[in-house]
Amino acid sequence: MSDTINFIIDGVEIQGREGQTILEAAEAAGIYIPRLCHLKGLTPHGSCRVCTVLVNGRPQASCTQPVAEGIVVESESERVQQIRRDIIDMLFVEGNHFCMFCEKSGNCELQAMAYRFGIPTPKFPYQFPKRGVDASHPDIFVDHNRCILCGRCVRASRDLDGKHVFDFVDRGPHKRVAVNAEARLADTNLDASDKATEVCPVGAILRKRVGYAVPVGKRLYDEKPIGSDIEAAKTK
Amino acid sequence: MSASLQAAVQEICQACGNDRTRVMDIVREVQSRFGCVTGEAMDLIAKTVSAHRVEVEGVVSFYAFLSDQPKGEVVIRLCNDVIDEMAGSERIVRAFREALGIDFGQTTPDGRITLEHTPCIGMCDQAPAAMVNDVIVTRLSSDSVWAMVRELKAHMDPKRLVQKLGDGNNAHSLVHAMVENNIRRSGPVIFADLTPGDALKKAVAMSPQEVIRDIKTSRLRGRGGAGFPTGIKWDYTRSAEGAKRYVLCNADEGEPGTFKDRVILTEKAELLFEGMAIAGYAVGAETGILYLRAEYAYLRAFLEDVLNRQRSRGLLGKDVGGKRGFDFDIRIQMGAGAYICGEETALISSCEGLRGDPKNRPPFPAQKGYLGCPTTVNNVETFCCVARILDKGPGWFAQLGSQGSSGTKLLSISGDCKSPGVYEVPFGVKLREVLKMAGAEEALAVQVGGPSGQMVGEKDYDRSICYDDLATGGSVMVFGPQRNLLHVVSKFLEFFVEESCGYCTPCRVGNVLLKERVDRILAGQGEEADLAYLQDLGQTVKMASRCGLGQTSANPVLSTLKNFRSMYESLLRKPIDGKQLSFDIHQALADAQTVVGRQSVHF
Repeated sequence: MSDTINFIIDGVEIQGREGQTILEAAEAAGIYIPRLCHLKGLTPHGSCRVCTVLVNGRPQASCTQPVAEGIVVESESERVQQIRRDIIDMLFVEGNHFCMFCEKSGNCELQAMAYRFGIPTPKFPYQFPKRGVDASHPDIFVDHNRCILCGRCVRASRDLDGKHVFDFVDRGPHKRVAVNAEARLADTNLDASDKATEVCPVGAILRKRVGYAVPVGKRLYDEKPIGSDIEAAKTK
Repeated sequence: MSASLQAAVQEICQACGNDRTRVMDIVREVQSRFGCVTGEAMDLIAKTVSAHRVEVEGVVSFYAFLSDQPKGEVVIRLCNDVIDEMAGSERIVRAFREALGIDFGQTTPDGRITLEHTPCIGMCDQAPAAMVNDVIVTRLSSDSVWAMVRELKAHMDPKRLVQKLGDGNNAHSLVHAMVENNIRRSGPVIFADLTPGDALKKAVAMSPQEVIRDIKTSRLRGRGGAGFPTGIKWDYTRSAEGAKRYVLCNADEGEPGTFKDRVILTEKAELLFEGMAIAGYAVGAETGILYLRAEYAYLRAFLEDVLNRQRSRGLLGKDVGGKRGFDFDIRIQMGAGAYICGEETALISSCEGLRGDPKNRPPFPAQKGYLGCPTTVNNVETFCCVARILDKGPGWFAQLGSQGSSGTKLLSISGDCKSPGVYEVPFGVKLREVLKMAGAEEALAVQVGGPSGQMVGEKDYDRSICYDDLATGGSVMVFGPQRNLLHVVSKFLEFFVEESCGYCTPCRVGNVLLKERVDRILAGQGEEADLAYLQDLGQTVKMASRCGLGQTSANPVLSTLKNFRSMYESLLRKPIDGKQLSFDIHQALADAQTVVGRQSVHF
């Protein structure tokens, strides 16, 4: 009784538990709040801001904001969706994303998110940054053109693999993910079996020699739109 | 070299107790001894303090005053904020280029002098100004630049550039600066006299709870800009669970156009440190940290000396103020060039030896702050108010100013006015009165609260300076009728782009996009639809950003769209034949030809 927390998302009454974030409590109730930097099992990061909701009218990242008794959360309203669309647009124009020949196409969370939001093309001008590719490692390659700076690899390597292969360097628009070596991924202790190699939401960290293995039509998000697994729980 | 580097790094780390959380001090020291922190040095530091190399690299690459590339023995950093530009910094830019024979971002071929730009260094009242290593040079002219460069080339000693000393403690041997205080108006809170120890002794005669009660009764709110009630913050800090508690003073005064903390640190350091000790007593802390921005490094030796004097007076150290069992001392943590570290959780990150990224809230610093312990972070001016409140009483303080905003406020006024400087005014004062005091009756626009505040015009001059109307952390920038306000907006956005930590998407990307569109309009390629675009984009950046920087960085755009819309409209053009004005076919072809490396056969 005491640890049940009642609150409202988009007019629906939800029960959460003490210590849950809004995103977790919503998910448990079959309500999907779009997210990119967040991944179950990793420390919440609060950086992509796609999961922004209004809590009693104030914007908050639902992946880091704890539930509280009686809060009123606005998630699917037009003004919140507009913020999310803008952020997805920003992520597309900030990097160099060419879905049509990317190995991750169909399994990419950023691409799937754009489909979910019905974004055919970003409204912001492309920045066309000059970024590098690191193919030095025998099993894994890093394409910084596709990186959205979500920090999943940073957190997974640090917290799950206990290695700290990746971290952020520089700041502002120049911020990027670097490796724990002079320059090359091959000079780190990254292993192909590391969790850090599996968590990238986009095609920035990929396993070599397995690209395009799944035919178009059979890829993860060809079959089910992103978030539909969570929403399916509700309709049952 | 490598052996000497290794020995030096080990010695530097040792002096910091090989403590991972002291990485800021370590990399600053390596930078000052070797002119950079190379990859090799990062490796050594990481090994010695049990961190990962990439973490050290993350820190070094975050702060503007640190570098992995060698810099000159002397680094000249010319302030490039808009006030300095208005004071003629373009002439200064030319003079430096010619006198040194290099461009900004370069080092002389002999490797001795590096020339850079830097955002506001807190000298807007004596612009144009620059830093030469830690030495501040003000009121620059082309002639003085040539003379400076000659002097530097001859002796390579920035201290010799200081020929005329400023007023007050600027002339103190430990400061030895040409900086002027420009205190134009004194008030009863900050610039009045206080016998050292009076306030503290009154505090320790009460219980900590009673001190907090008095601060609440005074209705004191934070002077940094956000205006959170100080007593409540202390109450939370005191009642939060933790083995230790900390008091942090935010002296990372980085908001362009703000320089009042510089004057407090120069003239009223005792008052500040007494206020910090009172905070320590109230929240139950033993340690205080003064986070001093790198631009004010010239004040460090002096402040250390003031700390020593406070210790010898029994106002810091053991049994402070004669109170048995109350031990409290203060150390100085230097910053390294990052505006974002003025955000309280970023300041904490920096004190912990990390990148200056803000932290997720909750938990709030009062619950889990510095090293995970309950922490109160207050502004320099706030601590001074605290000491005064304890000395004069909360009732005395509360009757100053206005109902929602008690006390006085220091304003740093700069730009197109006759008397730039620091003014202590009661809260509630009308902007028009402030402009009159400063000799700025002709103002076309006033930026209240710095770039993150609002730009207002004539119709708002009868509004009041206070938390509930025109709020400001102190910056008041005046723009005369001859100024292009949209250019000012662009300069402010450039500042936010440079100073964003890059952690969250809307701030990292949104500010770049805002600036791109403002510049397009400035270039005469703006269309009607661009105004709605700016409004919507600005709103997203404001709503979705993670910390105060991004939540306010769109303000220059949003407040000018509201208050100076006609200025935008006068620059807009109508598309001809449905063609997009911003699309330049020749430029697009030139870009494409550069990429493919050959000429188009058709054009």
